[in-house]
Amino acid sequence: MTNDQINQAILQIISVIAPDEDLSHLKSDVALREQLELDSMDFLDIVMELRKRYKVEVPEADYGHLASLDSCVAYLAPKLKDL
Amino acid sequence: MPPSHYDVIIIGAGMSGLAAAIRLAYFDKTVCVLERHYAAGGLNSFYALGGYQFDVGLHAMTNYVPPGTRGAPLTKIYRQLRLTPEDFGLAPQYQSEVRFPGISLRFNNDFEFFVQEVIEKFPAQKDNFLRLVRHIRDYDELDLDAKPLSGRQVVARFLTDPLLVDMIFCPLMIYGNAEEHDMEFGQFVVMFKSIFCEGLARPREGVRRIITALRRKVRGVGGTVRMKCGVRSLRVEGGRVKAVELDSGETLTAGVIFSSAGYVETMRLCTDCDPEKLTPLEGRMSFIEVIHVLDKPMKALGHDATIIFYNTGKEFHYAVPADLVDPRSGVICCPDNFLFDKPIAKPMIRLTCLASFDRWAALEQPAYVQAKAEWLPRIHQEVLKFVPDFRAHSRFTDFFTPRTIKHWTGHVNGAVYGAPGKLKTGRTHLDNLFICGNDQGFLGIIGAMLSGISMANLHVLKK
Repeated sequence: MTNDQINQAILQIISVIAPDEDLSHLKSDVALREQLELDSMDFLDIVMELRKRYKVEVPEADYGHLASLDSCVAYLAPKLKDL
Repeated sequence: MPPSHYDVIIIGAGMSGLAAAIRLAYFDKTVCVLERHYAAGGLNSFYALGGYQFDVGLHAMTNYVPPGTRGAPLTKIYRQLRLTPEDFGLAPQYQSEVRFPGISLRFNNDFEFFVQEVIEKFPAQKDNFLRLVRHIRDYDELDLDAKPLSGRQVVARFLTDPLLVDMIFCPLMIYGNAEEHDMEFGQFVVMFKSIFCEGLARPREGVRRIITALRRKVRGVGGTVRMKCGVRSLRVEGGRVKAVELDSGETLTAGVIFSSAGYVETMRLCTDCDPEKLTPLEGRMSFIEVIHVLDKPMKALGHDATIIFYNTGKEFHYAVPADLVDPRSGVICCPDNFLFDKPIAKPMIRLTCLASFDRWAALEQPAYVQAKAEWLPRIHQEVLKFVPDFRAHSRFTDFFTPRTIKHWTGHVNGAVYGAPGKLKTGRTHLDNLFICGNDQGFLGIIGAMLSGISMANLHVLKK
């Protein structure tokens, strides 16, 4: 997957987890938590959806890499490069 | 032949079991929910009698917030279960009241209205009450490791008027307290937020609408629900549940077992349990409920309150009654008085009072039926202090007792809020057996769903 595709995939996952949030003005370099109402249950779901959709494992120690859209892409790019 | 092994087996198709099943099946676990009854819902089920449809437990759903409200439990449930507000179709209440002799506290789904009401009726308690509200707001009631505190003691540090204390405890205890006299403070906070800070609502179709939405979702994500399929025992070997034996003699196996049957009830299914030791842990708080189907809505008789929590004595007593029923306090619910877009099909009024399981269970027929006939006018006598006389408009009456609740739900003593000691983490003495629902500690419909969700997340999905 390209970085752009990964970005789209994350947005798609967030829209499933939090359909009540407006994602059109998200800044990619700012923490998702600062822009959206996402709690720890929602972050667990981002991890779970990544596993369900792309068979990617994100260990709990790495949850910090999912802070912003940019950091998600940087962290996931090597894991998803062959998809 | 259905499969005999699952990743997770869930005992009970109530709100918590169905919610756990949705989470687990959505994330690709093989899941089977086993339900002894032919109807789903557990303590929040429904039934038909005399050509009418009735809900078992649902007066109102607590925790109502308007769609899109951030951070609220109801919003979390929609998200976690991938449901939408349309699935539940909730209509907010009109207005409810706590009524004690000579005084009333009204509340609706706007918390500020309740705060003003308390200040107006108890001006000397204004600052104390506002401090209590701040303390409640800041308290993390979802902390699974919090140690239990006496609610009466904590609240007494803030409020110095015993009447106000009783008026606040009355609805919170009646709607969700498993222990007599006192209430654990975390539980008090859960109930305070869910009833006063958030609010009451109901689907026009009653609890069926919610159960239908959950069952449809379980099916949609690939989970299995087997009805009329009771669990006879959990075979224990080496600190684990090795097999689940059904009433039919069939045997199933699973990596993990969730049980919403109640803690004591679940332990009694385990082949390694000592039934004697469990008796002191049983829950005891149960209720009778009288439901009248009316030929016109209560509103037409001049009564527009949704729910009245009443108390006729000097003090409020929350305890197992010595007699069959304690009609001195209770709940009067008019399911018509929610803000529905069109009126509900059959107007009703529901009357609920504390009751003694032991006393009802000891009655043989026909004394059991006769006791209902004797208590009905005594209950009416109390509730008619608060509502217009509806008796001439009653077209059908049902009266269920703690014995009925035990019969249909399997919960010992018909204890609708389970055992007083809650297991917040859901863990048991067995590695792969977890408790969800009432005895995990989140009560009510929303609480039960949150319980199923959190136990599924904690014990299976996070692994």
